[in-house]
Amino acid sequence: MSAVVAEHDDHHADEHHDHGPAKGLLRWIITTNHKDIGTLYLLFALAMFFVGGAMAMVIRAELFEPGLQFVDPAFFNSMTTMHALVMVFGAVMPAFVGLANWQIPMMIGAPDMALPRMNNMSFWLLVAGVLLLASTLLMETGAPNAGWTFYPPLVLQPITVGKALPFAVFAVHLLGISSIMGAINIIATIFNMRAPSMKMMDMPLFVWTWLITAFLLIAVMPVFAGAVTMLLTDKFFHTSFFNAAGGGDPVLYQHIFWFFGHPEVYIMILPTFGVASTIIPVFARKPLFGYSSMVWATGSIAFFSFIVWAHHMFTVGMPMAGELYFMYATMIIAVPTGVKVFNWTATMWKGAMTFETPMLFSIAFVVLFTMGGLTGLMMALAPLDFQYHDTYFIVAHFHYTLVPASIFILMAAGYFWLPKWTGNMYNEKIGQLHFWLSAISVNILFFPQHFLGLAGMPRRIPDYAIQFADWNMVSSIGGFIFGLSQLLFLYIVIDTIRGGTGEKVTAEVWEGSSNHSLEWTLPSPVPYHTWTTPPAVVPTEHVLDSH
Amino acid sequence: MSEEDVSKKNTKLARILLLVAVGMFGFGYALVPIYDVLCEWKWIERDRPDDIKKAPEVAYKVDMSREITIEFMTTLNESTPMEFRSEKKQLKVHPGEYHTVNYYAENKTDKVMIARAIASFSPAVISSFFEKIQCFCFDEQTFKPREAKTMPMRFVINPELPEQYKTITLSYTFFDNTEKSVKK
Repeated sequence: MSAVVAEHDDHHADEHHDHGPAKGLLRWIITTNHKDIGTLYLLFALAMFFVGGAMAMVIRAELFEPGLQFVDPAFFNSMTTMHALVMVFGAVMPAFVGLANWQIPMMIGAPDMALPRMNNMSFWLLVAGVLLLASTLLMETGAPNAGWTFYPPLVLQPITVGKALPFAVFAVHLLGISSIMGAINIIATIFNMRAPSMKMMDMPLFVWTWLITAFLLIAVMPVFAGAVTMLLTDKFFHTSFFNAAGGGDPVLYQHIFWFFGHPEVYIMILPTFGVASTIIPVFARKPLFGYSSMVWATGSIAFFSFIVWAHHMFTVGMPMAGELYFMYATMIIAVPTGVKVFNWTATMWKGAMTFETPMLFSIAFVVLFTMGGLTGLMMALAPLDFQYHDTYFIVAHFHYTLVPASIFILMAAGYFWLPKWTGNMYNEKIGQLHFWLSAISVNILFFPQHFLGLAGMPRRIPDYAIQFADWNMVSSIGGFIFGLSQLLFLYIVIDTIRGGTGEKVTAEVWEGSSNHSLEWTLPSPVPYHTWTTPPAVVPTEHVLDSH
Repeated sequence: MSEEDVSKKNTKLARILLLVAVGMFGFGYALVPIYDVLCEWKWIERDRPDDIKKAPEVAYKVDMSREITIEFMTTLNESTPMEFRSEKKQLKVHPGEYHTVNYYAENKTDKVMIARAIASFSPAVISSFFEKIQCFCFDEQTFKPREAKTMPMRFVINPELPEQYKTITLSYTFFDNTEKSVKK
């Protein structure tokens, strides 16, 4: 991509008083350019997506049949733990930070992020954190294997902890610092760097959702850092935060963890909503339906995320009042979420729709995310949750909200913006093939897990009772197809960067897109430096209803 | 707005947000005392080690009309090197009646061991009706090498116990606290 961007910059040298990107590898290490850093984040996330995906393949291979086939149980547990950590902190979150880096300055008419040096540092801290975490895989005692939630007392027991715990804890610290710095940067950029003509309620929804997500990150990542620090001192410095013998309480950990953990799941889904709200109007050729209600829905989902955490722990023996409160509070979240699904549907209603790959992924997101949301509503009901808790039903639920939601939307974003970033068109045929393979196999992969969970199969087990065999095999087959299909995406990304179909795209790329958002008024590929003078007018088609 | 102004504004905002992040780190720790305070609230029906305090021996009117079954469970935390059991597995009592149950614990090592027994009730709401007059669980227990002890636990069930509770499970878990107690 560097060559393309650099070349383009020469063409427009007269438009910019600044220089282009530095030559050589060092450019990528010391860069403070938001587009470079965005690229680094996105490529790193893509790499981690395949690392985490490979771990998922190990899990599905082991579960293909009952009995122990390929890996020993401790390693299996390491795989479930590491798969989650790598996907959450290495793939999904960094991918959205990468999108934020690329898109937010271009969408709000800013020349760069507010704090470019800190931006570079957040990326490299992310790499350091993930490497620290990955290093535990090479340890004699194995990687962490008590689940990504690190519940004590299990996580503190010698047999599960090995030497990996302190490494995992410090990895969490680094990842936390990295995402907090990223969040601070995003907030500062959005508040201080907008084009003077852009009011808050003119901002594209992607910018809005990221602004709210950034506040969530600042509020909860430190709490998680605190929780794992308490684990560390309990283990090595004789504190008793979670040790019953010393007057502590392991349930307290779950409260602190989920005070972080619930907003965390919205950290992964709110930017997803933002991207979907950006893509759907372009291909429906209509303004987004209910712009201001989308903003308020995002805000209220973020607010509610702080007061529902204990629905993850209905079975710990909470008092009845607590069960009822967390049950009703959780169900309230379905209201703003429903507003969003309604708005996306209404945006498509009677639109002149076309079905290019980004739109296909976005429509699949609306449908499949709604299914994941509905199973979430089922589990919000405390009495029912006693059956679903820690079974494959919850596994199916959160994978529906993450894979055909966050991951699909990240794919959609790739197809949507890659032509803009590189100036090359991706291969639509392969894109569509990738979509259909993914959309079908993701359901073969995760839908049977609902049945398994309802029938009582627990999560995080390498072996299972014989009656679960058939659906596990179906699920594994779906998993292998899904995993292999993603190689098509890798191919497309590389191919598009290297020239794609050879068709040079226009500035708009997608018909009428420049009515929706500022980045489409820039030339394709986007020059290395953009908006050195802020745009005088901002497109407002997306906010028609609020004016 | 000049570039310098923007840069000043950015730095200022970043500082404020950084302070918020540091504050939230502190909030994570503040949740520990907040949790303890909230759990003291009457409507939070749960048992906590601190609740299990020595109760005065009061002469209750024995409620002969009903009988409560108490099950005694003993557990060792992780691989605590002890033997630990109760003399009885089950006991039927009338509310208001005083009983003593003996527990037997033995240090299986050649070293001094400091251990702590933590109680847990099922259902949890019972803990405030289960009054202990004498219990090995009030304090840490020190065991000499290979020492065996028989430890009585004297208790009464408060007759105000709501009617619907017919079976109570009382579980004790011994934690090896030697390392922690020595460090203190």
